[in-house]
Amino acid sequence: MNKALETLQVWFGKRLVIGVPYFWLLLFFAIPFLIVFKISFSWMQPIQPGYAPLFSWVEETQRFVATLNFSNYEVLLDDPLYLGTFLYSVKVAAISTVLCLLVGYPMAYAIARCPPTTRNLFLMLIILPFWTSFLLRVYAWIGLLKTNGVINNSLLALGIIDQPLTLLYTDFAVYIGIVYSYLPFMILPLYSNLEKHDLTLLEAAADLGASPVKSFFWITLPLSMPGIVAGCLLVFIPAVGEYVIPSLLGRTDQLMIGTVLSAQFFGARNWPVASAVAIALLIMLLIPIMLFQRYQRRELQAARR
Amino acid sequence: MRRGWFRNGMLGLGLAFLYVPILSMIVFSFNNSRLVTVWDSPNSPTLRWYVRLLENDQLLGAAWISVLVAAMTATGAVILGTIAGLVLTRFGPFRGRAFLSAMTTAPLVMPEVITGIAMLLLFVSLEQLIGWPEGRGMLTITIAHITFAMAYVTVVVQSRLAGFDDVLEEAALDLGARPATVFFRITLPLILPALVSGWLLAFTLSWDDVVISQFVAGPGSSTLPMEIFSRVRRGVSPDINALATIMVLIVAIGVVLSTLYMKREEKRREREEQMARRDGNG
Repeated sequence: MNKALETLQVWFGKRLVIGVPYFWLLLFFAIPFLIVFKISFSWMQPIQPGYAPLFSWVEETQRFVATLNFSNYEVLLDDPLYLGTFLYSVKVAAISTVLCLLVGYPMAYAIARCPPTTRNLFLMLIILPFWTSFLLRVYAWIGLLKTNGVINNSLLALGIIDQPLTLLYTDFAVYIGIVYSYLPFMILPLYSNLEKHDLTLLEAAADLGASPVKSFFWITLPLSMPGIVAGCLLVFIPAVGEYVIPSLLGRTDQLMIGTVLSAQFFGARNWPVASAVAIALLIMLLIPIMLFQRYQRRELQAARR
Repeated sequence: MRRGWFRNGMLGLGLAFLYVPILSMIVFSFNNSRLVTVWDSPNSPTLRWYVRLLENDQLLGAAWISVLVAAMTATGAVILGTIAGLVLTRFGPFRGRAFLSAMTTAPLVMPEVITGIAMLLLFVSLEQLIGWPEGRGMLTITIAHITFAMAYVTVVVQSRLAGFDDVLEEAALDLGARPATVFFRITLPLILPALVSGWLLAFTLSWDDVVISQFVAGPGSSTLPMEIFSRVRRGVSPDINALATIMVLIVAIGVVLSTLYMKREEKRREREEQMARRDGNG
Protein backbone atom coordinates (compact mmCIF):
# COMPACT_ATOMS: atom_id res chain seq x y z
CA MET A 1 0.00 0.00 0.00
CA ASN A 2 2.71 2.36 1.12
CA LYS A 3 4.79 1.32 -1.85
CA ALA A 4 1.94 2.05 -4.23
CA LEU A 5 1.44 5.48 -2.74
CA GLU A 6 5.13 6.19 -3.14
CA THR A 7 5.08 5.12 -6.78
CA LEU A 8 2.10 7.35 -7.35
CA GLN A 9 3.93 10.23 -5.67
CA VAL A 10 7.00 9.70 -7.84
CA TRP A 11 4.79 9.52 -10.93
CA PHE A 12 3.10 12.81 -10.09
CA GLY A 13 6.40 14.39 -9.11
CA LYS A 14 7.85 13.40 -12.44
CA ARG A 15 4.87 14.84 -14.34
CA LEU A 16 5.19 18.05 -12.35
CA VAL A 17 8.89 18.38 -13.10
CA ILE A 18 8.32 17.76 -16.80
CA GLY A 19 5.34 20.10 -16.74
CA VAL A 20 7.16 23.22 -15.57
CA PRO A 21 9.48 23.83 -18.58
CA TYR A 22 6.84 22.37 -20.88
CA PHE A 23 4.22 24.82 -19.77
CA TRP A 24 6.60 27.76 -20.00
CA LEU A 25 7.79 26.98 -23.52
CA LEU A 26 4.31 26.13 -24.72
CA LEU A 27 2.90 29.41 -23.44
CA PHE A 28 5.78 31.70 -24.32
CA PHE A 29 7.29 30.04 -27.37
CA ALA A 30 4.83 27.78 -29.22
CA ILE A 31 1.53 29.59 -28.73
CA PRO A 32 2.95 32.98 -29.80
CA PHE A 33 3.61 31.52 -33.25
CA LEU A 34 -0.01 30.45 -33.53
CA ILE A 35 -1.05 33.99 -32.61
CA VAL A 36 1.26 35.44 -35.26
CA PHE A 37 -0.21 32.98 -37.75
CA LYS A 38 -3.72 34.01 -36.78
CA ILE A 39 -3.04 37.73 -36.99
CA SER A 40 -1.39 37.32 -40.40
CA PHE A 41 -4.90 36.53 -41.70
CA SER A 42 -6.68 39.46 -40.09
CA TRP A 43 -7.48 42.95 -41.33
CA MET A 44 -5.55 45.95 -40.15
CA GLN A 45 -7.44 48.16 -37.76
CA PRO A 46 -6.43 51.71 -36.86
CA ILE A 47 -7.58 51.36 -33.23
CA GLN A 48 -6.14 49.12 -30.51
CA PRO A 49 -5.07 46.31 -30.75
CA GLY A 50 -4.21 47.07 -34.37
CA TYR A 51 -5.98 44.11 -35.98
CA ALA A 52 -9.60 43.08 -36.41
CA PRO A 53 -10.82 39.86 -34.78
CA LEU A 54 -10.85 36.81 -37.04
CA PHE A 55 -14.06 35.37 -35.66
CA SER A 56 -17.07 37.38 -34.73
CA TRP A 57 -20.51 36.47 -33.45
CA VAL A 58 -23.28 37.68 -35.74
CA GLU A 59 -26.49 38.23 -33.80
CA GLU A 60 -28.95 37.99 -36.73
CA THR A 61 -27.83 34.62 -38.01
CA GLN A 62 -26.76 33.29 -34.59
CA ARG A 63 -23.47 32.14 -36.09
CA PHE A 64 -19.73 32.69 -35.80
CA VAL A 65 -18.39 34.35 -38.89
CA ALA A 66 -14.75 34.13 -39.88
CA THR A 67 -13.35 37.06 -41.77
CA LEU A 68 -10.12 35.79 -43.25
CA ASN A 69 -7.88 38.17 -45.08
CA PHE A 70 -5.44 36.68 -47.56
CA SER A 71 -4.34 40.04 -48.92
CA ASN A 72 -1.44 40.24 -46.43
CA TYR A 73 0.15 37.29 -48.22
CA GLU A 74 -0.93 38.50 -51.66
CA VAL A 75 0.98 41.70 -50.97
CA LEU A 76 4.12 39.65 -50.29
CA LEU A 77 3.81 37.87 -53.62
CA ASP A 78 2.68 40.80 -55.75
CA ASP A 79 4.81 43.62 -54.44
CA PRO A 80 8.29 43.24 -55.97
CA LEU A 81 9.64 45.12 -52.97
CA TYR A 82 9.00 42.13 -50.68
CA LEU A 83 10.24 39.49 -53.10
CA GLY A 84 13.39 41.53 -53.71
CA THR A 85 13.93 41.94 -49.99
CA PHE A 86 13.60 38.22 -49.35
CA LEU A 87 16.03 37.36 -52.13
CA TYR A 88 18.48 40.03 -51.01
CA SER A 89 18.37 38.77 -47.39
CA VAL A 90 19.08 35.20 -48.49
CA LYS A 91 21.92 36.41 -50.73
CA VAL A 92 23.52 38.49 -47.96
CA ALA A 93 23.16 35.67 -45.42
CA ALA A 94 24.56 33.07 -47.84
CA ILE A 95 27.59 35.15 -48.85
CA SER A 96 28.29 36.07 -45.21
CA THR A 97 28.02 32.41 -44.20
CA VAL A 98 30.54 31.34 -46.85
CA LEU A 99 32.93 34.15 -45.82
CA CYS A 100 32.49 33.15 -42.18
CA LEU A 101 33.37 29.56 -43.06
CA LEU A 102 36.44 30.65 -45.02
CA VAL A 103 37.67 32.75 -42.09
CA GLY A 104 36.54 30.38 -39.34
CA TYR A 105 37.70 27.02 -40.71
CA PRO A 106 41.45 27.73 -40.71
CA MET A 107 41.12 29.27 -37.24
CA ALA A 108 39.23 26.28 -35.83
CA TYR A 109 41.73 23.95 -37.53
CA ALA A 110 44.72 25.80 -36.09
CA ILE A 111 43.24 25.73 -32.58
CA ALA A 112 42.35 22.05 -32.77
CA ARG A 113 45.94 21.18 -33.76
CA CYS A 114 47.49 23.31 -30.98
CA PRO A 115 49.01 21.81 -27.85
CA PRO A 116 46.17 21.34 -25.29
CA THR A 117 47.41 24.08 -22.96
CA THR A 118 47.38 26.86 -25.55
CA ARG A 119 44.13 25.47 -27.01
CA ASN A 120 42.08 26.72 -24.06
CA LEU A 121 43.70 30.13 -24.22
CA PHE A 122 42.83 30.53 -27.91
CA LEU A 123 39.28 29.27 -27.34
CA MET A 124 38.85 31.87 -24.64
CA LEU A 125 40.16 34.57 -26.98
CA ILE A 126 37.55 33.50 -29.55
CA ILE A 127 34.70 33.53 -27.03
CA LEU A 128 35.72 36.67 -25.14
CA PRO A 129 34.38 39.20 -27.70
CA PHE A 130 31.09 37.29 -27.66
CA TRP A 131 30.69 38.28 -24.00
CA THR A 132 31.04 41.96 -24.80
CA SER A 133 28.11 43.82 -26.28
CA PHE A 134 27.16 42.69 -29.77
CA LEU A 135 25.71 46.12 -30.51
CA LEU A 136 28.91 47.92 -29.53
CA ARG A 137 31.01 45.57 -31.62
CA VAL A 138 28.90 46.36 -34.68
CA TYR A 139 29.10 50.04 -33.77
CA ALA A 140 32.91 49.80 -33.71
CA TRP A 141 32.85 49.05 -37.43
CA ILE A 142 31.15 52.37 -38.17
CA GLY A 143 34.22 54.12 -36.80
CA LEU A 144 36.50 51.88 -38.87
CA LEU A 145 34.60 51.98 -42.17
CA LYS A 146 33.46 55.62 -42.29
CA THR A 147 34.63 57.91 -45.10
CA ASN A 148 36.98 59.60 -42.62
CA GLY A 149 37.27 56.43 -40.56
CA VAL A 150 40.30 54.53 -39.36
CA ILE A 151 40.69 52.32 -42.46
CA ASN A 152 40.38 55.16 -44.97
CA ASN A 153 42.65 57.43 -42.95
CA SER A 154 45.32 54.74 -42.67
CA LEU A 155 45.18 53.89 -46.37
CA LEU A 156 45.37 57.59 -47.27
CA ALA A 157 48.29 58.14 -44.91
CA LEU A 158 50.15 55.18 -46.41
CA GLY A 159 49.53 56.56 -49.88
CA ILE A 160 47.77 53.39 -51.09
CA ILE A 161 44.69 55.35 -52.14
CA ASP A 162 44.26 59.05 -52.83
CA GLN A 163 40.47 59.14 -52.57
CA PRO A 164 38.62 57.76 -49.56
CA LEU A 165 36.75 54.55 -50.40
CA THR A 166 33.03 54.19 -49.79
CA LEU A 167 32.98 51.32 -47.33
CA LEU A 168 30.14 52.11 -44.96
CA TYR A 169 26.49 51.61 -45.99
CA THR A 170 27.40 48.96 -48.56
CA ASP A 171 26.85 45.21 -48.93
CA PHE A 172 30.50 44.76 -48.03
CA ALA A 173 29.95 46.45 -44.65
CA VAL A 174 27.04 44.12 -43.89
CA TYR A 175 29.14 41.04 -44.78
CA ILE A 176 31.88 42.26 -42.46
CA GLY A 177 29.39 42.96 -39.70
CA ILE A 178 27.80 39.51 -39.93
CA VAL A 179 31.10 37.64 -40.21
CA TYR A 180 32.46 39.60 -37.27
CA SER A 181 29.45 39.05 -35.02
CA TYR A 182 28.82 35.39 -35.84
CA LEU A 183 32.41 34.12 -36.14
CA PRO A 184 32.42 32.35 -32.72
CA PHE A 185 29.24 30.46 -33.73
CA MET A 186 31.10 29.15 -36.78
CA ILE A 187 34.35 28.34 -35.01
CA LEU A 188 33.00 26.48 -31.96
CA PRO A 189 31.12 23.64 -33.72
CA LEU A 190 33.99 23.31 -36.23
CA TYR A 191 36.51 23.12 -33.40
CA SER A 192 34.55 20.50 -31.45
CA ASN A 193 34.42 18.39 -34.61
CA LEU A 194 38.06 18.87 -35.69
CA GLU A 195 39.35 18.18 -32.21
CA LYS A 196 37.88 14.66 -32.26
CA HIS A 197 39.58 13.59 -35.52
CA ASP A 198 41.81 10.55 -35.45
CA LEU A 199 45.18 11.91 -36.56
CA THR A 200 46.54 8.45 -37.36
CA LEU A 201 44.39 8.57 -40.51
CA LEU A 202 46.50 11.47 -41.76
CA GLU A 203 49.71 9.61 -40.87
CA ALA A 204 48.51 6.58 -42.78
CA ALA A 205 47.71 8.76 -45.79
CA ALA A 206 51.15 10.36 -45.60
CA ASP A 207 52.81 6.92 -45.38
CA LEU A 208 50.95 5.89 -48.49
CA GLY A 209 52.31 8.93 -50.27
CA ALA A 210 49.44 11.42 -50.15
CA SER A 211 50.42 15.06 -50.04
CA PRO A 212 49.17 17.14 -47.08
CA VAL A 213 46.84 19.05 -49.39
CA LYS A 214 45.41 15.86 -50.82
CA SER A 215 44.87 14.26 -47.42
CA PHE A 216 43.19 17.43 -46.21
CA PHE A 217 40.67 17.36 -49.05
CA TRP A 218 40.15 13.58 -48.93
CA ILE A 219 40.15 12.98 -45.15
CA THR A 220 39.87 16.05 -42.93
CA LEU A 221 37.32 17.98 -44.98
CA PRO A 222 34.82 15.09 -45.43
CA LEU A 223 35.16 14.16 -41.74
CA SER A 224 34.45 17.73 -40.66
CA MET A 225 31.25 17.97 -42.73
CA PRO A 226 28.92 17.80 -39.66
CA GLY A 227 30.81 20.69 -38.07
CA ILE A 228 30.66 22.70 -41.30
CA VAL A 229 26.92 22.14 -41.63
CA ALA A 230 26.25 23.06 -38.00
CA GLY A 231 28.41 26.19 -38.13
CA CYS A 232 26.83 27.34 -41.39
CA LEU A 233 23.30 26.84 -40.05
CA LEU A 234 24.15 28.70 -36.83
CA VAL A 235 25.27 31.66 -38.94
CA PHE A 236 22.87 31.49 -41.88
CA ILE A 237 19.53 31.15 -40.06
CA PRO A 238 19.80 34.18 -37.75
CA ALA A 239 21.62 36.18 -40.45
CA VAL A 240 18.64 36.00 -42.84
CA GLY A 241 16.51 37.80 -40.27
CA GLU A 242 19.29 40.12 -39.09
CA TYR A 243 18.07 43.58 -38.19
CA VAL A 244 20.71 45.46 -36.18
CA ILE A 245 23.67 44.93 -38.54
CA PRO A 246 21.98 46.08 -41.79
CA SER A 247 20.35 49.04 -40.09
CA LEU A 248 23.70 50.28 -38.75
CA LEU A 249 26.06 49.32 -41.58
CA GLY A 250 23.89 48.49 -44.57
CA ARG A 251 22.55 50.15 -47.69
CA THR A 252 19.59 52.46 -47.45
CA ASP A 253 18.24 51.70 -50.93
CA GLN A 254 17.98 47.94 -50.36
CA LEU A 255 16.62 46.70 -47.04
CA MET A 256 16.83 43.27 -45.46
CA ILE A 257 13.71 41.41 -44.42
CA GLY A 258 14.24 41.98 -40.69
CA THR A 259 14.37 45.73 -41.28
CA VAL A 260 11.21 45.65 -43.43
CA LEU A 261 9.40 43.62 -40.79
CA SER A 262 10.16 46.07 -38.01
CA ALA A 263 9.40 49.03 -40.28
CA GLN A 264 5.96 47.55 -41.00
CA PHE A 265 5.49 46.89 -37.32
CA PHE A 266 6.76 50.08 -35.70
CA GLY A 267 6.56 52.54 -38.59
CA ALA A 268 3.48 51.66 -40.63
CA ARG A 269 1.89 49.95 -37.59
CA ASN A 270 0.53 47.32 -39.95
CA TRP A 271 0.61 44.32 -37.64
CA PRO A 272 -1.15 41.89 -40.00
CA VAL A 273 1.37 42.44 -42.82
CA ALA A 274 4.27 42.30 -40.36
CA SER A 275 2.89 38.97 -39.11
CA ALA A 276 2.60 37.66 -42.66
CA VAL A 277 6.24 38.64 -43.29
CA ALA A 278 7.27 36.82 -40.09
CA ILE A 279 5.36 33.68 -41.11
CA ALA A 280 6.85 33.73 -44.62
CA LEU A 281 10.34 34.10 -43.15
CA LEU A 282 9.67 31.26 -40.74
CA ILE A 283 8.45 28.95 -43.51
CA MET A 284 11.54 29.77 -45.54
CA LEU A 285 13.78 28.90 -42.58
CA LEU A 286 11.85 25.79 -41.52
CA ILE A 287 14.08 23.29 -43.33
CA PRO A 288 17.37 24.82 -42.11
CA ILE A 289 15.97 24.95 -38.55
CA MET A 290 14.95 21.29 -38.70
CA LEU A 291 18.38 20.35 -40.05
CA PHE A 292 19.97 22.20 -37.14
CA GLN A 293 17.76 20.38 -34.64
CA ARG A 294 18.74 17.03 -36.11
CA TYR A 295 22.41 17.95 -35.75
CA GLN A 296 21.89 19.09 -32.15
CA ARG A 297 20.16 15.81 -31.26
CA ARG A 298 22.98 13.76 -32.75
CA GLU A 299 25.61 15.78 -30.91
CA LEU A 300 23.95 15.11 -27.56
CA GLN A 301 23.51 11.44 -28.34
CA ALA A 302 27.18 11.18 -29.28
CA ALA A 303 28.15 12.92 -26.03
CA ARG A 304 26.18 10.40 -24.03
CA ARG A 305 28.06 7.43 -25.42
CA MET B 1 57.11 23.21 -39.85
CA ARG B 2 56.04 24.75 -43.15
CA ARG B 3 52.60 23.25 -42.80
CA GLY B 4 51.86 25.06 -39.54
CA TRP B 5 52.78 28.40 -41.07
CA PHE B 6 49.58 28.93 -43.03
CA ARG B 7 47.12 27.95 -40.33
CA ASN B 8 48.89 29.87 -37.57
CA GLY B 9 49.00 32.92 -39.82
CA MET B 10 45.26 32.60 -40.41
CA LEU B 11 44.67 32.24 -36.67
CA GLY B 12 46.67 35.38 -36.01
CA LEU B 13 44.83 37.33 -38.70
CA GLY B 14 41.47 36.07 -37.43
CA LEU B 15 42.26 37.13 -33.88
CA ALA B 16 43.39 40.52 -35.16
CA PHE B 17 40.09 40.81 -37.02
CA LEU B 18 38.25 40.06 -33.77
CA TYR B 19 40.22 42.45 -31.58
CA VAL B 20 41.22 45.44 -33.74
CA PRO B 21 37.70 46.99 -33.72
CA ILE B 22 37.47 46.63 -29.94
CA LEU B 23 40.94 48.11 -29.47
CA SER B 24 40.13 51.02 -31.76
CA MET B 25 37.05 51.79 -29.68
CA ILE B 26 39.14 51.76 -26.51
CA VAL B 27 41.82 54.02 -28.03
CA PHE B 28 39.33 56.56 -29.37
CA SER B 29 37.45 56.70 -26.07
CA PHE B 30 40.43 58.73 -24.79
CA ASN B 31 40.37 61.05 -27.80
CA ASN B 32 39.49 64.67 -27.13
CA SER B 33 38.01 65.37 -30.57
CA ARG B 34 34.30 65.16 -31.17
CA LEU B 35 35.12 63.75 -34.62
CA VAL B 36 35.36 60.25 -33.24
CA THR B 37 38.01 58.93 -35.62
CA VAL B 38 40.37 61.87 -35.93
CA TRP B 39 43.03 61.80 -33.23
CA ASP B 40 43.39 65.19 -31.56
CA SER B 41 46.93 64.70 -30.29
CA PRO B 42 47.54 68.00 -28.39
CA ASN B 43 44.59 67.44 -26.06
CA SER B 44 44.53 63.65 -25.83
CA PRO B 45 44.37 61.36 -23.96
CA THR B 46 41.51 62.72 -21.96
CA LEU B 47 38.83 61.34 -19.68
CA ARG B 48 36.21 63.89 -20.69
CA TRP B 49 33.86 61.31 -22.33
CA TYR B 50 33.97 59.19 -19.19
CA VAL B 51 33.01 62.20 -17.10
CA ARG B 52 30.20 63.03 -19.50
CA LEU B 53 29.02 59.44 -19.39
CA LEU B 54 28.75 59.45 -15.61
CA GLU B 55 26.66 62.63 -15.80
CA ASN B 56 24.22 61.05 -18.25
CA ASP B 57 21.29 60.00 -16.06
CA GLN B 58 19.34 58.56 -18.97
CA LEU B 59 22.07 56.04 -19.83
CA LEU B 60 22.73 55.22 -16.18
CA GLY B 61 19.02 54.61 -15.58
CA ALA B 62 18.83 52.36 -18.63
CA ALA B 63 21.92 50.50 -17.44
CA TRP B 64 20.26 49.87 -14.06
CA ILE B 65 17.13 48.50 -15.77
CA SER B 66 19.34 46.24 -17.89
CA VAL B 67 21.17 44.91 -14.84
CA LEU B 68 17.90 44.12 -13.05
CA VAL B 69 16.36 42.45 -16.11
CA ALA B 70 19.55 40.48 -16.81
CA ALA B 71 19.83 39.25 -13.21
CA MET B 72 16.19 38.13 -13.11
CA THR B 73 16.52 36.55 -16.56
CA ALA B 74 19.66 34.65 -15.62
CA THR B 75 18.10 33.28 -12.43
CA GLY B 76 14.84 32.29 -14.13
CA ALA B 77 16.61 30.80 -17.14
CA VAL B 78 18.94 28.72 -14.94
CA ILE B 79 16.01 27.29 -12.96
CA LEU B 80 13.90 26.47 -16.03
CA GLY B 81 16.87 25.44 -18.17
CA THR B 82 18.20 23.08 -15.50
CA ILE B 83 14.82 21.38 -15.17
CA ALA B 84 14.48 21.10 -18.95
CA GLY B 85 18.03 19.73 -19.31
CA LEU B 86 17.43 17.22 -16.53
CA VAL B 87 14.11 16.09 -17.98
CA LEU B 88 15.62 15.63 -21.45
CA THR B 89 18.67 13.65 -20.33
CA ARG B 90 17.51 11.71 -17.27
CA PHE B 91 13.78 11.07 -17.54
CA GLY B 92 13.91 8.57 -20.39
CA PRO B 93 11.21 8.57 -23.04
CA PHE B 94 7.91 10.29 -22.30
CA ARG B 95 5.10 11.57 -24.45
CA GLY B 96 5.92 14.94 -26.00
CA ARG B 97 9.65 14.59 -25.39
CA ALA B 98 10.53 15.31 -29.02
CA PHE B 99 8.39 18.43 -28.95
CA LEU B 100 10.02 19.69 -25.76
CA SER B 101 13.43 19.05 -27.26
CA ALA B 102 12.45 20.96 -30.41
CA MET B 103 11.14 23.88 -28.35
CA THR B 104 14.44 24.12 -26.45
CA THR B 105 16.68 24.12 -29.54
CA ALA B 106 14.60 26.34 -31.85
CA PRO B 107 15.25 29.59 -29.91
CA LEU B 108 19.00 29.10 -30.46
CA VAL B 109 18.72 29.95 -34.15
CA MET B 110 15.35 31.70 -34.43
CA PRO B 111 15.80 35.17 -35.96
CA GLU B 112 15.21 37.71 -33.22
CA VAL B 113 12.64 39.71 -35.18
CA ILE B 114 10.38 36.65 -35.34
CA THR B 115 10.69 35.90 -31.62
CA GLY B 116 10.15 39.57 -30.87
CA ILE B 117 6.96 39.97 -32.87
CA ALA B 118 5.59 36.64 -31.57
CA MET B 119 6.22 37.63 -27.96
CA LEU B 120 4.64 41.04 -28.33
CA LEU B 121 1.51 39.68 -30.00
CA LEU B 122 1.22 37.09 -27.22
CA PHE B 123 1.41 39.77 -24.53
CA VAL B 124 -1.14 41.93 -26.36
CA SER B 125 -3.53 39.00 -26.76
CA LEU B 126 -3.08 37.88 -23.15
CA GLU B 127 -3.79 41.38 -21.91
CA GLN B 128 -6.99 41.51 -23.95
CA LEU B 129 -8.02 38.06 -22.78
CA ILE B 130 -7.17 37.98 -19.07
CA GLY B 131 -5.85 41.45 -18.33
CA TRP B 132 -2.34 40.20 -17.66
CA PRO B 133 0.39 41.36 -18.15
CA GLU B 134 -0.82 44.90 -17.63
CA GLY B 135 0.98 47.00 -20.21
CA ARG B 136 4.55 46.29 -21.17
CA GLY B 137 7.74 46.92 -19.28
CA MET B 138 10.41 45.12 -17.30
CA LEU B 139 8.17 42.12 -16.63
CA THR B 140 7.47 41.42 -20.29
CA ILE B 141 11.14 41.98 -21.23
CA THR B 142 12.22 39.54 -18.53
CA ILE B 143 9.72 36.87 -19.61
CA ALA B 144 10.84 37.19 -23.24
CA HIS B 145 14.51 37.02 -22.27
CA ILE B 146 14.03 34.00 -20.01
CA THR B 147 12.37 32.16 -22.89
CA PHE B 148 15.30 32.44 -25.27
CA ALA B 149 18.04 32.35 -22.62
CA MET B 150 16.74 29.12 -21.08
CA ALA B 151 17.40 27.36 -24.40
CA TYR B 152 21.11 28.11 -24.03
CA VAL B 153 21.13 27.00 -20.39
CA THR B 154 19.35 23.78 -21.36
CA VAL B 155 22.08 22.97 -23.91
CA VAL B 156 24.84 23.71 -21.39
CA VAL B 157 23.19 21.59 -18.67
CA GLN B 158 22.40 18.78 -21.12
CA SER B 159 25.96 18.48 -22.33
CA ARG B 160 27.25 18.54 -18.74
CA LEU B 161 24.79 15.82 -17.71
CA ALA B 162 25.68 13.77 -20.78
CA GLY B 163 29.32 14.04 -19.73
CA PHE B 164 28.94 11.67 -16.78
CA ASP B 165 26.75 8.59 -16.44
CA ASP B 166 24.02 8.18 -13.86
CA VAL B 167 25.57 5.40 -11.72
CA LEU B 168 25.86 7.69 -8.68
CA GLU B 169 22.22 8.73 -8.93
CA GLU B 170 21.12 5.12 -9.50
CA ALA B 171 23.12 3.97 -6.49
CA ALA B 172 21.55 6.62 -4.24
CA LEU B 173 18.07 5.69 -5.46
CA ASP B 174 18.79 2.00 -4.82
CA LEU B 175 19.85 2.86 -1.30
CA GLY B 176 16.47 4.46 -0.74
CA ALA B 177 17.11 8.16 -1.25
CA ARG B 178 14.16 10.15 -2.54
CA PRO B 179 14.47 11.61 -6.07
CA ALA B 180 14.50 15.16 -4.69
CA THR B 181 17.30 14.28 -2.26
CA VAL B 182 19.29 12.67 -5.04
CA PHE B 183 18.92 15.80 -7.14
CA PHE B 184 20.00 18.24 -4.44
CA ARG B 185 22.76 16.10 -2.91
CA ILE B 186 24.28 14.49 -6.01
CA THR B 187 23.16 15.90 -9.36
CA LEU B 188 23.20 19.57 -8.42
CA PRO B 189 26.75 19.65 -7.01
CA LEU B 190 27.98 17.76 -10.08
CA ILE B 191 26.45 20.18 -12.58
CA LEU B 192 27.21 23.31 -10.54
CA PRO B 193 29.95 24.55 -12.93
CA ALA B 194 27.45 24.27 -15.79
CA LEU B 195 24.93 26.28 -13.79
CA VAL B 196 27.47 29.01 -13.09
CA SER B 197 28.42 29.32 -16.76
CA GLY B 198 24.76 29.03 -17.73
CA TRP B 199 23.86 31.89 -15.41
CA LEU B 200 26.63 34.09 -16.80
CA LEU B 201 25.65 33.20 -20.37
CA ALA B 202 21.98 34.01 -19.73
CA PHE B 203 22.95 37.27 -18.05
CA THR B 204 25.04 38.32 -21.04
CA LEU B 205 22.38 37.30 -23.56
CA SER B 206 19.82 39.42 -21.77
CA TRP B 207 22.21 42.30 -21.15
CA ASP B 208 23.08 42.27 -24.85
CA ASP B 209 19.65 41.92 -26.44
CA VAL B 210 18.23 44.85 -28.35
CA VAL B 211 15.80 43.42 -30.93
CA ILE B 212 13.48 41.40 -28.69
CA SER B 213 13.55 44.10 -25.99
CA GLN B 214 12.52 46.68 -28.55
CA PHE B 215 9.39 44.70 -29.38
CA VAL B 216 8.25 43.90 -25.85
CA ALA B 217 9.38 47.03 -23.97
CA GLY B 218 6.96 49.71 -22.91
CA PRO B 219 7.38 53.42 -22.29
CA GLY B 220 9.94 54.13 -19.58
CA SER B 221 11.51 50.69 -19.67
CA SER B 222 14.30 51.24 -22.19
CA THR B 223 17.23 48.94 -21.59
CA LEU B 224 20.82 50.04 -22.13
CA PRO B 225 21.17 48.39 -25.57
CA MET B 226 17.93 50.11 -26.67
CA GLU B 227 19.34 53.48 -25.59
CA ILE B 228 22.66 52.78 -27.29
CA PHE B 229 20.92 51.64 -30.47
CA SER B 230 18.82 54.78 -30.76
CA ARG B 231 21.90 56.97 -30.13
CA VAL B 232 24.13 55.07 -32.54
CA ARG B 233 21.50 55.28 -35.27
CA ARG B 234 21.63 59.04 -35.00
CA GLY B 235 25.40 58.94 -35.50
CA VAL B 236 28.63 58.07 -33.75
CA SER B 237 29.24 59.71 -30.44
CA PRO B 238 32.43 59.55 -28.41
CA ASP B 239 30.78 58.76 -25.08
CA ILE B 240 29.58 55.46 -26.55
CA ASN B 241 33.27 54.58 -27.01
CA ALA B 242 33.83 55.29 -23.33
CA LEU B 243 30.84 53.12 -22.43
CA ALA B 244 32.17 50.29 -24.63
CA THR B 245 35.56 50.50 -22.94
CA ILE B 246 34.01 50.22 -19.49
CA MET B 247 31.93 47.24 -20.58
CA VAL B 248 34.90 45.46 -22.18
CA LEU B 249 36.87 46.02 -19.00
CA ILE B 250 34.13 44.59 -16.76
CA VAL B 251 33.67 41.56 -19.01
CA ALA B 252 37.41 40.90 -19.24
CA ILE B 253 37.76 41.02 -15.45
CA GLY B 254 34.68 38.86 -14.98
CA VAL B 255 35.78 36.22 -17.47
CA VAL B 256 39.31 36.03 -16.06
CA LEU B 257 38.02 35.75 -12.48
CA SER B 258 35.44 33.09 -13.30
CA THR B 259 37.98 31.09 -15.33
CA LEU B 260 40.41 31.16 -12.42
CA TYR B 261 37.61 30.10 -10.04
CA MET B 262 36.53 27.23 -12.29
CA LYS B 263 40.13 26.04 -12.67
CA ARG B 264 40.58 26.05 -8.88
CA GLU B 265 37.31 24.19 -8.32
CA GLU B 266 38.23 21.60 -10.91
CA LYS B 267 41.66 21.07 -9.29
CA ARG B 268 40.08 20.81 -5.83
CA ARG B 269 37.61 18.23 -7.07
CA GLU B 270 40.33 16.20 -8.75
CA ARG B 271 42.38 16.24 -5.55
CA GLU B 272 39.40 15.16 -3.47
CA GLU B 273 38.60 12.39 -5.91
CA GLN B 274 42.18 11.14 -5.76
CA MET B 275 42.16 11.23 -1.98
CA ALA B 276 38.87 9.39 -1.84
CA ARG B 277 40.23 6.76 -4.17
CA ARG B 278 43.39 6.36 -2.09
CA ASP B 279 41.40 6.09 1.13
CA GLY B 280 39.16 3.52 -0.51
CA ASN B 281 42.13 1.43 -1.60
CA GLY B 282 44.01 1.75 1.68
